Amino acid sequence: MTERANVSLDAMDRVVLLKDIEQFLYMEALLLDERRLTEWLDMLAEDIHYWMPIRRNVKFGDWDLEFSDPDSEISYFDEGKDILVGRVRQINTGVHWAEEPVSRFEHIVSNILLLEVNGDEAKVSSKFFCYQNRLQDEVNLFVGRRYDTLRSDPDTVFKIAKRDIILDQNVLLPKVINTFF
Amino acid sequence: MANLIVARGDRSLRSLIDTDGGTVSRELYVNEDIFEQEQEQIFNRCWLFLGHESQVPNPGDFIVTRMGTEEVLVVRGRKDNQIRAFLNSCAHRGMKVCRYDQGNALIFTCPFHAWTYDCNGSLVGAAYQYAPYAYDGGIDREQWGLTPVAQFKNYYGSLWATWDPKAPSFEDYVGPFAEGIRYDCEASDGEEAGIEVFRPFQKWRLPTNWKVPAFSSSTDLTHAAMTHRSVNAASIGPDRGTMSGGERHKRRAPFPSDRFAVGDHNLGHGGNWTVYQQPGVPEYVDTWFEPGVDEYFREARERKAMKYADRILPPHGHEGGHFCVFPNFIMDSWRWRWWHPHTVGVVERWSLFGIDKNAPKPVKDAVRHYVMRYNGPTGATESDDMENWNYVYSASRGARARKRNYFFANGLGRGIESDQYPGVVFNGTHTEEAHRARFSRWLAFMEASSWDDLYPINRAKSHRIW
Repeated sequence: MTERANVSLDAMDRVVLLKDIEQFLYMEALLLDERRLTEWLDMLAEDIHYWMPIRRNVKFGDWDLEFSDPDSEISYFDEGKDILVGRVRQINTGVHWAEEPVSRFEHIVSNILLLEVNGDEAKVSSKFFCYQNRLQDEVNLFVGRRYDTLRSDPDTVFKIAKRDIILDQNVLLPKVINTFF
Repeated sequence: MANLIVARGDRSLRSLIDTDGGTVSRELYVNEDIFEQEQEQIFNRCWLFLGHESQVPNPGDFIVTRMGTEEVLVVRGRKDNQIRAFLNSCAHRGMKVCRYDQGNALIFTCPFHAWTYDCNGSLVGAAYQYAPYAYDGGIDREQWGLTPVAQFKNYYGSLWATWDPKAPSFEDYVGPFAEGIRYDCEASDGEEAGIEVFRPFQKWRLPTNWKVPAFSSSTDLTHAAMTHRSVNAASIGPDRGTMSGGERHKRRAPFPSDRFAVGDHNLGHGGNWTVYQQPGVPEYVDTWFEPGVDEYFREARERKAMKYADRILPPHGHEGGHFCVFPNFIMDSWRWRWWHPHTVGVVERWSLFGIDKNAPKPVKDAVRHYVMRYNGPTGATESDDMENWNYVYSASRGARARKRNYFFANGLGRGIESDQYPGVVFNGTHTEEAHRARFSRWLAFMEASSWDDLYPINRAKSHRIW
């Protein structure tokens, strides 16, 4: 995208909006890393679609085949808030062995780009670099980008109404994914 | 590390299994020498699962799959519509001729020297093939095609192959479990080969020996209560948690049957085995949260009931329970899981999930969302299995740890051998009979220098060691 994003706000409004978005996404990362998962759930809209596709190696140009289709194929995540709430409940039992003892995570978020503003919704892309360190020597790296739809909200500034997570892996190298992006 | 195996077929491996005490040496899991021999003795001879025909529906469609440590290209012929499978390694100098996971192709051209193969695996061209200063037309195309699998079987839509031309037929290889495979490939209304699979393969790595999950996750009912203690909190079931774990069995319609864990010590397969005492199918019980799904399955069950009105249900598959096909494939109804070894301490897990090909989209979506939240590296149930299987390996490798055998004696001595199926031993549902059968067969494969020494080619042979 070489053109200016589809954001018809004046300069000051744009700066304030971007700053709000940036702070929101940084706070989200902090909540995940401080294991405040129940608070993290409050940042998600009730109608969120949370999707992380499996990525295929495909011939140049066959890009429609690269990401698993959320309409008909198998993805890592392809779900709504009820399932995400269930995942957090499971971690919070303290007997979810895949994440017990809990991991040390750092979610680093950058390259935040405002793509579009429509009414009370903003489309935003960002990059993530997530470092996982667990037990003695278990280390996993999750690197990729996200496309979010953020909806303004009186309590939490925004709610995440849609999140597409594009992870840069083919065969998943970590044995499980027990965090969120 | 000590060389445990002196020569191929060396019988010293037998000393690593204590059949009286019901124990197995950890060397089987951590020793690199044994791992290398397994590739030759087991993965190069056994029938292995490749995928499902619905992954390559059209002429020229291909997928890249695996047989153990090796990549395999599965492609549907453009002229004859037949599915074939080849080693994904150029006959010339070994480069992968296909590095795409899925697609449609006219030809496969190796990126190294342009050796080019058609969808039948035949060599159709190579760089400088006619140049007088190079090959001068001297490449024998008959001889230099892709390496085909020795035998290929499309069994009710499930695809299988072996590298061994002397291996028995697929049906003989799976023996009494053939009926379960057929049944799991059947649609919920009883239509033969009536399912398709959701694409793509789920694939992920796990740092453990391949036998840890492949030899002990079917049937292992004793692990569930502890390993999966947390999963009820996630409410991931088809009904989204409207019934608790304790209530779940009450939702199963009563149908007179006896349930066992079995191990086929001659063939190595095993798992649940349900003996139904009357023909017909159990009544459908509502299961699904999403509207309309139960209505679909209830109506399908009525049609299936007509098919089985005078017929006893197969002993495994669907309601009968899950089972494994030696060496590395586990069939849990429409959820298929298998384990490709990479190195002695790394395995790659693949899965596929089936659904009636004629089901309406809301039904397909409900089943698809369920299998995604249950299975795989983000599955609320399977993720806990990964943790156990991972750290089993690192805690078993040390010089001291490997001197302590694993305990596989649950139910040992209480199994009853079948009169009807040679080698099949029936035991209690929560025993390790299926595990022990895998080791009987494992030892047979590791010792046998050819199929002449193996059941079912040699039907006089009994491989049961315990």
